[in-house]
Amino acid sequence: MGSHGERIGQLGAGAPEPVRPRRGDGMTSPAAYRVSHLDALEAESVFVFREVVAELERPVLLFSGGKDSIVMLRLAEKAFAPARIPFPVMHVDTGQNFPEVLDYRDRRVTELGLHLVVASVPEALESGLVQEPADGVRNRIQTPVLLEAVEKYRFDALFGGARRDEEKARAKERVFSFRDDFGQWDPKNQRPELWSLYNGRHHPGESIRIFPLSNWTELDVWHYIAREKIALPSIYYAHQREVVERDGMLYAVNEFISPRAGEKPFVEQVRYRTVGDASCTAAVRSAADTVELVIEEVAATRITERGATRGDDRVSEAAMEDRKREGYF
Amino acid sequence: MATTVVPTETRAMDLLRFATAGSVDDGKSTLIGRLLYDTKSLFTDQLEAVEAVSAARGDEYTNLALLTDGLRAEREQGITIDVAYRYFATPRRKFIIADTPGHIQYTRNMVTGASTADLALILVDARKGLVEQSRRHAFLCSLLRVPHLVLCVNKMDLVDWSQEVFERIADEFTAFAAKLEAPDLTVVPISALHGDNIVTRSENTPWYEGPSLLHHLEHVHIASDRNLVDVRFPVQYVIRPQSTTVTDYRGYAGQVASGVLKPGDEVMVLPSGFTSRIAAIETADGPVEQAFPPMSVTVRLTDEIDISRGDLICRPTNAPAVAQDIEAMICWMDETKPLRVGGKYAIKHTTRSARAVIRTLRYRLDVNSLHRDESATELGLNEIGRVRLRTTVPLLADEYRRNRTTGGFIVIDESTNRTVGAGMIVEAD
Repeated sequence: MGSHGERIGQLGAGAPEPVRPRRGDGMTSPAAYRVSHLDALEAESVFVFREVVAELERPVLLFSGGKDSIVMLRLAEKAFAPARIPFPVMHVDTGQNFPEVLDYRDRRVTELGLHLVVASVPEALESGLVQEPADGVRNRIQTPVLLEAVEKYRFDALFGGARRDEEKARAKERVFSFRDDFGQWDPKNQRPELWSLYNGRHHPGESIRIFPLSNWTELDVWHYIAREKIALPSIYYAHQREVVERDGMLYAVNEFISPRAGEKPFVEQVRYRTVGDASCTAAVRSAADTVELVIEEVAATRITERGATRGDDRVSEAAMEDRKREGYF
Repeated sequence: MATTVVPTETRAMDLLRFATAGSVDDGKSTLIGRLLYDTKSLFTDQLEAVEAVSAARGDEYTNLALLTDGLRAEREQGITIDVAYRYFATPRRKFIIADTPGHIQYTRNMVTGASTADLALILVDARKGLVEQSRRHAFLCSLLRVPHLVLCVNKMDLVDWSQEVFERIADEFTAFAAKLEAPDLTVVPISALHGDNIVTRSENTPWYEGPSLLHHLEHVHIASDRNLVDVRFPVQYVIRPQSTTVTDYRGYAGQVASGVLKPGDEVMVLPSGFTSRIAAIETADGPVEQAFPPMSVTVRLTDEIDISRGDLICRPTNAPAVAQDIEAMICWMDETKPLRVGGKYAIKHTTRSARAVIRTLRYRLDVNSLHRDESATELGLNEIGRVRLRTTVPLLADEYRRNRTTGGFIVIDESTNRTVGAGMIVEAD
């Protein structure tokens, strides 16, 4: 009965047999089989894409034209080559976009021969599905628009570019993240995720959010963009722009943001660290106009990308968790 | 304090995943905070947010646990509920930390974190020495076959940097670990609060001749932890382009579980047993001369064979068991229903799904005393036991101790679709 003195790690499986090379297998030293961290991350993400397409019915990739979704799209391309990416992409369009990003989106979709679904917030405002928020920030009202499109097209797997290093609620997110039939996330009731055995089973109406970049950091994403020579919308690199300073952040003056009383617009050399809705995404002062310089800048920065550039995350300690519960990306 | 720099160059970097187990009392969060801070992976706004929340709550010190305890419920209750993933890098390595809560009611979280870990970090308080929890953590790491174990004897400043105290704990743990068949063990005397032996070796421990913790994490040899001997390639997806430019293409996509595959190799496909040769190994960036774990590649064979997802490519002379009767250790993870003899479940093993019935529960293991209760009739939440099960279709399985990928499986409740158990194959026949 008792197991003291026994080598319990063996689980009663008989004598230990060390894993060692067998004669004639032509083994070289394990060092010859080096895998860099970027290769390991890429291999894991590619595995995730293939797993979803093999196991779920109707996947879709959320493509905003932001750098994370651009990297995600590249990984999807790699996962199925030489075949085409076997699912459509969807953009939840707040109607408040940076024109450079919309151009990029359309160009990329055409290059890859993809089907683009646009879930339009302006149309949802018109139909009465959502109301314009008092502060004009449309981040939160994206959620019902997203969920309506998911229902309409019966998507059951949504690839998102969220990373665990971005935000503390996301640090606890699964790679395969279950959503109930209201699109809600229940952080206390998540499926355990072991090894690389992802559980995508769900009932009709429920869905799974898939995060292939879960284990990537902002720096990994930039290193990968450099290595793969991935083109990005120009606003990710330093350029001159007319901005106003608001709550300590630099917002571009454009059709969505006008200077308020006391705010004086000025021209500054800036770049965007994240790209979201043009009404709530801020720029940072930067001279980094190449991918190498951006990597140096990101490596040296002491502020998280969301902290530096997202007005929407500054609402409360748990702003992201609350939005995610409701079905946000 | 910081002596490391954030990498801008990545060629030399590899990836190490490690799990930490322990509670706030052991200084685990302080240690993680220290590693993040000293490698410049902690950002000013994160630190300020934590300081502000700590101050508002009336904490006497900046509570670094708040960095990882991100969920509202965790902050409200002051406990870690779930596995949190944290990231940092040095010029040598990128690190993924699976930070797991240490209490017994979170055994499933620790098992989850340990399942993918190359290394596990166990903390003890130098004043208290080994406690029940330390032994349980070591046991779970051995059960999950985490190849490297590091025992951090923390709060050495509170025992006057006593070599005697350190060695007593180290000896006791080493003796215990030997029983576990724990692979590679390192013991480091530290003060997470003051940063001793974390990044650089401390002047307070002149008698300690080992590396600092970070130095060990950066240099521990993990390349040979992979099984490069047994060729196992679970087919994940069949790529057949519907295209006018690419015709007659048929490739088997998957991630190499173990072994080294090369073009020209004779291979066998299971469960059919047909043999063929590897015509090419392809990636989106072009063909490669060899594939090994954890590469995701596409394998093409010289013969047209009917192969689909869930099949496995191996060598004719070195194949896994093709088995429906499986002996396994199972960690149960469902709080609503226990595992019962006669219970039917879905299981997922590599890329293969099956249904299974639990034939026998051989014993339930007390994870603290390691006592085997052979009279047990069910496994409740966080309980571990050895079962015999029968599957509807054969699994292409190895012993978990030899192969973590072809030896592990998850158990799924067919009505709720929830993942309710983790299985480690002991024997397949």
